[in-house]
Amino acid sequence: MTFMLKRLGGAVLVLALVAILVFALTRLASGDPVALLLGDQATAADIEAARTQYGLDKPLPTQFALWVGELMQGNLGQSLFLQLPVSQALLERAEPTLMLAVLAVGIAALIGVPCGMAAAIWRGSAGDQALSSVAMLGASVPSFWLGLILIQLFAVKLGWFPASGYGDPDSPLSERVQHLVLPALVLGLLNSALIIRFTRASMLDILGEDYVRTARAKGLPEHTVMVKHVLRNALVPIVTVLGLTLALMIGGTVVTETVFNLPGVGNLVVRAVLRRDYPVIQGTLLVIAAVYVFINLAIDLLYTVVDPRIRLEAK
Amino acid sequence: MKPWQAVLLRLFSRKVVLASAVLLTLVVAIATVFPWVSDADPGAISISERLQAPSATHWAGTDELGRDVMLRIVHGARYSLLIGGLTAAGAVLLGTLMGMLAGFFRRLDAPLMRLVDAMMSFPDILLGIALVSILGASLWNVMLALVIVYTPRVARVVRASTLVLRELLFVDAARALGVRTHLILWRHVLPNLVSPVLVQLTFIFAYAILAEAGLSFLGVGVPPDIPTWGTMIAGSLESSDKAFWTILYPGLAIVFTALSLQMLGDGVRDLLDPKLKKAS
Repeated sequence: MTFMLKRLGGAVLVLALVAILVFALTRLASGDPVALLLGDQATAADIEAARTQYGLDKPLPTQFALWVGELMQGNLGQSLFLQLPVSQALLERAEPTLMLAVLAVGIAALIGVPCGMAAAIWRGSAGDQALSSVAMLGASVPSFWLGLILIQLFAVKLGWFPASGYGDPDSPLSERVQHLVLPALVLGLLNSALIIRFTRASMLDILGEDYVRTARAKGLPEHTVMVKHVLRNALVPIVTVLGLTLALMIGGTVVTETVFNLPGVGNLVVRAVLRRDYPVIQGTLLVIAAVYVFINLAIDLLYTVVDPRIRLEAK
Repeated sequence: MKPWQAVLLRLFSRKVVLASAVLLTLVVAIATVFPWVSDADPGAISISERLQAPSATHWAGTDELGRDVMLRIVHGARYSLLIGGLTAAGAVLLGTLMGMLAGFFRRLDAPLMRLVDAMMSFPDILLGIALVSILGASLWNVMLALVIVYTPRVARVVRASTLVLRELLFVDAARALGVRTHLILWRHVLPNLVSPVLVQLTFIFAYAILAEAGLSFLGVGVPPDIPTWGTMIAGSLESSDKAFWTILYPGLAIVFTALSLQMLGDGVRDLLDPKLKKAS
């Protein structure tokens, strides 16, 4: 119980720091959103009025207090440019990003887990070394560059998939998924590199355990040892990494979203940054970081259920 | 044989590591030497030669302004390597300091590490975008932003190693002998951090080159008139359908450099990690 409370307290503290960081980041930025919003024609009086209207004339600590007060009531604020509440703007953009993230992690897992297992089982072999090199290659390719290549190949030359956009919001799901195939492939391929390395490492960790030696010594067939003793235990950290990859991808997809012109969360942030739309930047960054913190917390708490040793160690 | 010779020999016993080291040396050598021996201007515009396919005169073709792509890749190498190298050095310096303080002094541990947690809960590229937009897009600001992005990563690794080192017998012995804390950190802790930090250095070097390209692509990176590999790709997006080489070759330069750096880092890790030695 103390462990859970401590962990929860840590997460709340991190979130508070995140809020401060997000606020500081936006307010340190050069450029005035009101001037951008009103354009060249605005008079000094107009600008002053608008600043008062959006509360930008108040001292920074007051602005921060007001923002946090609103947050406590679940209100992320109002976009300066979109004429929408930030929460609604986020919700409208959530679908492409979430679907893209889930598809990409799925692809990464389908490639990464079996490859990593194979590399661990036949460690030191030529195949292992080749797989490790391929994994390293995945971490060396710029995502937008791979995206451009896939567009050239599968959209321009072959015409199999659309090159950009997300289709009509009312279009059937299958059509929207079509638009996600190439971006998901980009992110899936690149992230599978991490999954291969991680799967291999956690399998090797377990292979060194005493109970694996025992299982072999009592004459169990090798595949039973691998599936029942090694894979089962290695799966916990692997699933963790898949979860964290998913969490980091919400918002981490920004470059890929731009390449494929997907109307997702990343796209929302980039536009907001370019226009100094403070409430949108603050709200989106906060939500993205909060999602990551909570997924992290959930995984830690799940660990204590799965493996009681962790709870004991923390005491 | 001197100890360092033995270490190098073991490091290069893996052929991929040797090949990576050779490739990197070549890239660095060409990037530094070429501008001294040739005064060909990478910015020379020649509209009559625009968007020519790779040929004997233009090995990697020409871009939308008729500039030679290969020449720009060679000159771009200086900027891309500069950004990667300085970012990695900066992040490693700051991160090592932060991680050592957090790992060695219990009182500093919680506040520093919560800050690290908070910074790492943003995806790298998002934090980079936000920081560059604050600092303003310039060569130095992109580096500064990337240093801030990668410092927490180093701090986490260094803290973990320091926590282990702090409990080791020779540190205890030094403490018992009355060696002052800053000397313990400098003489006993820091030298033992060299291997994990070196690994981080090579990896961040590679990530920073990739991140710079990503930021430039989004339009919040290095100004387009400076030829980094990233700005080259970003600048040629419009002509990518007709002249794919304008994008392909700078990208390949990034891939090969980043890959070599990571291979080298991996080699160093294998060499210095006693746990891996046992397992293999």
